[in-house]
This record gives sequence, C-alpha cells and structure tokens, in this order.
Amino acid sequence: MPDTNSNPPALPIPQVSIPPISWRRRVTDHAMTSVAIVTVVLVLLPLFAIFAYLVYKGIGSINLAFLTQTPKPVGEPGGGMANAIVGSMVILAIASVLGVPFGIGAGIFLSEYGRNRYGDIVRFVSDVLNGVPSIVIGIVAYGLVVMRQKHFSALAGGVALAIMMVPTIARTTEQMLLLVPQAIREAAYGLGVSRWRTTLSITLRTATSGVITGVMLAFARVAGETAPLLFTAFGNQFWNWKTDQPTAALSLQIFTYAISPFDEWHRQAWAGALVLIILIVGAVAAVRIAVRHGTLAGA
Amino acid sequence: MSNQALPRPRFNAPPPERDPKVALKIEASTTPLLHGKVSEIPDAFFGWVMRLCGLAVVALLGLIVYQLIVGSELSWQAFGWKFFWHSDWNPVEDQYGALPFMFGTIVSSLLALVIAIPLSVGVAVFTTEMCPIKLRGILSFTTELLAAIPSVVYGLWAIFVLVPLLREYIQPFLAKTLGWTGLFSGPPYGIGMLAAGVILAIMVIPIISSITREVLTVVPQHQREAVLALGATRWEMIRMGVLRNARAGIMGAIILGLGRALGETMAVTMVIGNRPEIAKSLFAPGYTMASVLANEFTEATGDLYLSALIEIGLALFFVTIVVNALARLLVWSVTRGQPARSLA
Repeated sequence: MPDTNSNPPALPIPQVSIPPISWRRRVTDHAMTSVAIVTVVLVLLPLFAIFAYLVYKGIGSINLAFLTQTPKPVGEPGGGMANAIVGSMVILAIASVLGVPFGIGAGIFLSEYGRNRYGDIVRFVSDVLNGVPSIVIGIVAYGLVVMRQKHFSALAGGVALAIMMVPTIARTTEQMLLLVPQAIREAAYGLGVSRWRTTLSITLRTATSGVITGVMLAFARVAGETAPLLFTAFGNQFWNWKTDQPTAALSLQIFTYAISPFDEWHRQAWAGALVLIILIVGAVAAVRIAVRHGTLAGA
Repeated sequence: MSNQALPRPRFNAPPPERDPKVALKIEASTTPLLHGKVSEIPDAFFGWVMRLCGLAVVALLGLIVYQLIVGSELSWQAFGWKFFWHSDWNPVEDQYGALPFMFGTIVSSLLALVIAIPLSVGVAVFTTEMCPIKLRGILSFTTELLAAIPSVVYGLWAIFVLVPLLREYIQPFLAKTLGWTGLFSGPPYGIGMLAAGVILAIMVIPIISSITREVLTVVPQHQREAVLALGATRWEMIRMGVLRNARAGIMGAIILGLGRALGETMAVTMVIGNRPEIAKSLFAPGYTMASVLANEFTEATGDLYLSALIEIGLALFFVTIVVNALARLLVWSVTRGQPARSLA
C-alpha cells in the first residue's frame, strides 16, 4: 500500500446538477417491483395448491389394496390400480428400449458428425418434433402398430412414447457431448485409438452423467403422458402380461376415473396421481443415485 | 470418416532407425493398447450407424406426415377445403366440419396466453433482475417443477379445485363487473372455455418464463449499466435496457408457449365441456381439436369418421409445426452466439 499522502491532489470534480428523481418515477419503480412480486406469488400459488391437494387427497386413498388389486366394478368399494402401475412400467420399458438407443445415436451424430448442414437439418427437425402434440404422435402409432396388429397393445403405446423420447434425448445428448473438451478426444486419437472407440469409451463415457440426466428428463416427460396412450395402449381393467394386448396405464386410469361421476373413483384418481408422481420422481432419483455412486459412474 | 485435421498415426510403421532404444520403447508401450493395426472399417461402420440414427429423426417426421396424409385422404376427397369452414359435426349423417374445434383451440390458447404472458414475463424479470441471488435458483427450480407435472394431473386438479372455484366465486364476479362485454355471460357452470384457458395458462407459464429468463440473461450487462448511468431507475433500466433488447426472444418464448397450448390435450379435455359450439361467452362450453381426437378417435366407427378425425390431427400438426419453427428461429436469433458476448 503506497503512502496516500504522496499522491498528487485529486482533480476537482466538475459540478453537474443532477435533478432529483421525480416522485412519479420513484413510485413507478416501486410499483413495478411490487407487480413483479405479485406475479411470482400468483405463479407459485397453483403449484403449491396442486401439490398440497395431491398429497392431501392422495395419501388418504393409498393403501395396500390400491397397490395390489385390480379395479372393482362400479359400486363396489375397494379395488386398486396394481395392473395399471405394472402396465405403465411395461409400456415405459418398451418405450425406453426402443427410444433411448436411437436418441443417443442421433445425439452422437449431431455432436460428432453433424457439425455441418446435415446436422443443422436434423437439429431443426428434432426441435420441431419436440413440439408436435402428443395426441398426433398417438395417431401415428395407431396407424403404424394398431392398424397392422388389428388391436390395441402395450407395444403400440411403447412405440408412441418412444417417438416422443427420441428428439429430446438427441438434443440433450448432443449438448452434453459438446461439453467434453476437444483435447480429450485428441488425446485418444494421439494414442492411436480409433474414432468409434474414442466416441464410445472416451467422449460418451465422460459425458455419462449428463446423458443419463437427459434420458431421465425424456423419461419423466413421457411417463405422465396420457394422450398418446388413449388409442394405442387403450387401457384394461384386468391383469395383462402380453405386450400385444390392450394394457392399462396409470395415467389412463387417472383420466377415466377423474371424469367419472363416482366419488370412490375420484378418490382413486387422486391416489393414482400421487403414485404416478412418486414413481416418476423415484425413477429419476434412483437413476441419478446410481449414476453418482454405482457402476454407471462416469468420469 | 477419419479425422481430417489429424492424420492417423501409424504405429505399425517401421521404427525410425536413429535410436533403436527409443523406438523399442514406443513399440513396447503401444502394442498392448492397440492389438495390431487400426482398422478403418469399424470406424466407417460406426459413423454410418450414427448417421442412420440422425437420419431416423428426419425419417420420423416424414413418417408422421405420411401417416397423417394417407389417413386423412378419404375426408379430404369428401370435403376438400370446406372441411375447415363448416361447423357441422355430425357422425350420424357423416357430415364433418372442423370449424368449432379450430375455434375452441384458438380461443382457449389465446386466452391462456393473455393470462400467462404478463405473469411469466413478470416472473422472469423478477428472477433475473430483482431478486436476491440466493432466491434465484429456488425460484427457477420451482417454476420448472410446474413443467414436470403430468397434464392429466393438472386436469384432475382443475376438475376438483379450479372449476368449483370458478363457478362459485370468479365467474359470478366477472359476470357482475364485465358482463356487459358479452364475453362473461350465461350460466356459470365452471366448466367451459374459461376453465380451459386458465388451466392452459398455468401449464404454459413455466415454458414461457424459463425461456424468457434465458433470453434476459444473455442481454449484455453493459446495456443495463449504460441505462443506469444515465440516471434511470431500476424499472426504467429494465424497460429500456433489458426488455427492449430481448423483444424478439420474448416473442419466441410466447410463441413456443402457444405451440404447447395448441396441442395440449388431457387437461383441456377434462374441463372445456366438449361441445362443438361457437359461442361468444367464455363461460360456454367448447371443444378443441386435440380433445375431439382424445374423445372420439377410439369410438370412430365409419372410415370417413376416422379419416375426418385424422385430418383434424393433420391440421393440428401443421399449425404446431409452423408455430414452433417460427418460435425456434426467433429464440435462436437472440441467444445464438450471445453467451460469448455477455461473458465479456
């Protein structure tokens, strides 16, 4: 710290008279701040209301019967959504098996081979596909699978959800792979490792946790989808273990019960909604923990 | 397929003769890694498989268009453009016109935007410009949580909470104060266009606000500082320095929200009332393109009936494609290449 006394004297600051901020401007400023705070409250209110209702209405209706039994006919109390829970899992498993490899492959293409005009086309198309209404995807899966098989099936539902997963996974995978420094790839090339091996064992491996997060985002997005399942999986009141038969899904069951006129079914719809959200959040959390601690742990 | 910038090293080439010891070392250390020579064939194969995956995305779009066009051919031949101008939807007499559904989709989406735009821009402005930094992460996380709730759960909540609320309090109030406009007249059922608009607004707010936030954060800091240095208050700084700069991006965010609202199915189906009518009052029940698909597709008995429904799907598809493409271009025009500048 140099001695301050030895500094040359400061130049005189030119005096400019700044007019005081008028009260009108000051009031406007404060008013707009309050307006912004009010909007935040208004936006958060429904969020809390939805979660509060879900927990409040749902918890009372979840019991062992709900988780282990199939739906009872109208009028009989009890029954549950066990078949729908399992059905949802089957449909989502089919969707993941079909959609995830294609999505990750497309993501690899975009980041490693698609830094050109063709990549731009694929990039744009996947963004556009992301915005296609899910019900339209349902129509496509209906035409592709249901019309050929001649009946509704879990497979058709899985195909519909897989189509929805691909563009989301492709874009997030691309973004995660682009974060991997070019130097790491070059280090591998420098060791004489071939390009495909570098992409799989070095680039993709480094980005594992990010890619999996992207996959889980896509999964969570389609897990609650109802519209594309209406005329693909169709729903079922009984147990079904065949993938080529109409299959119950949790979201479908919630829809059917919610628009029904029976109180008992309304209660079950709330319980189903709570279970659905718990399953989605649980699946996402489980995979994230596995990524962090388990064998999947990346670099 | 090979990386053009980097010529592939040839480790199986004969070692240079200058220093036999060094050459020996290289050979010893690389042999276990490489297992002989690097082949071009697996590389080419892998590259083409990945290209195929990329192509599959484009093919998917093609497949959707193909399926919809083939499926709706029958209806197109029967009605042509008239399909979109007729309001008669009568499966019994095989007469189909999509006008009431288009009306319902457009009105409910616009209503949702009218409610959602001020709220989501307000939230975005608050999180980027006003709130303490600690609160910022929590706020953006919670608004994004809204996006993770399945649409059918929104519908469930709307049926049992929102609709009674509208019926008991909000609709009577609106009818009393704004009834003279004709927009808020008729019996307050709760269920109807207004309920659909409100639930759609709740659903698109997270989308619009998170993209708006993204756009606001790439407005360069010196823009804010310049306006502040001229003696502006904070609000004036936000209005002149931030919002004006981010106009195109906010527009893109809004259009993206519109795209979501147009295609939203379940929540709307559950509260809009599902009656193919064109009414001036927002209290009246309506029907949207997506909801008619959800309700009638599995029950469509005749070929023409099914074809008409698929044509509605085709129309919905084209509208959302155009809307989304427009929004993407707008958002890209703002955010592309910006992060580098805002870091400076």
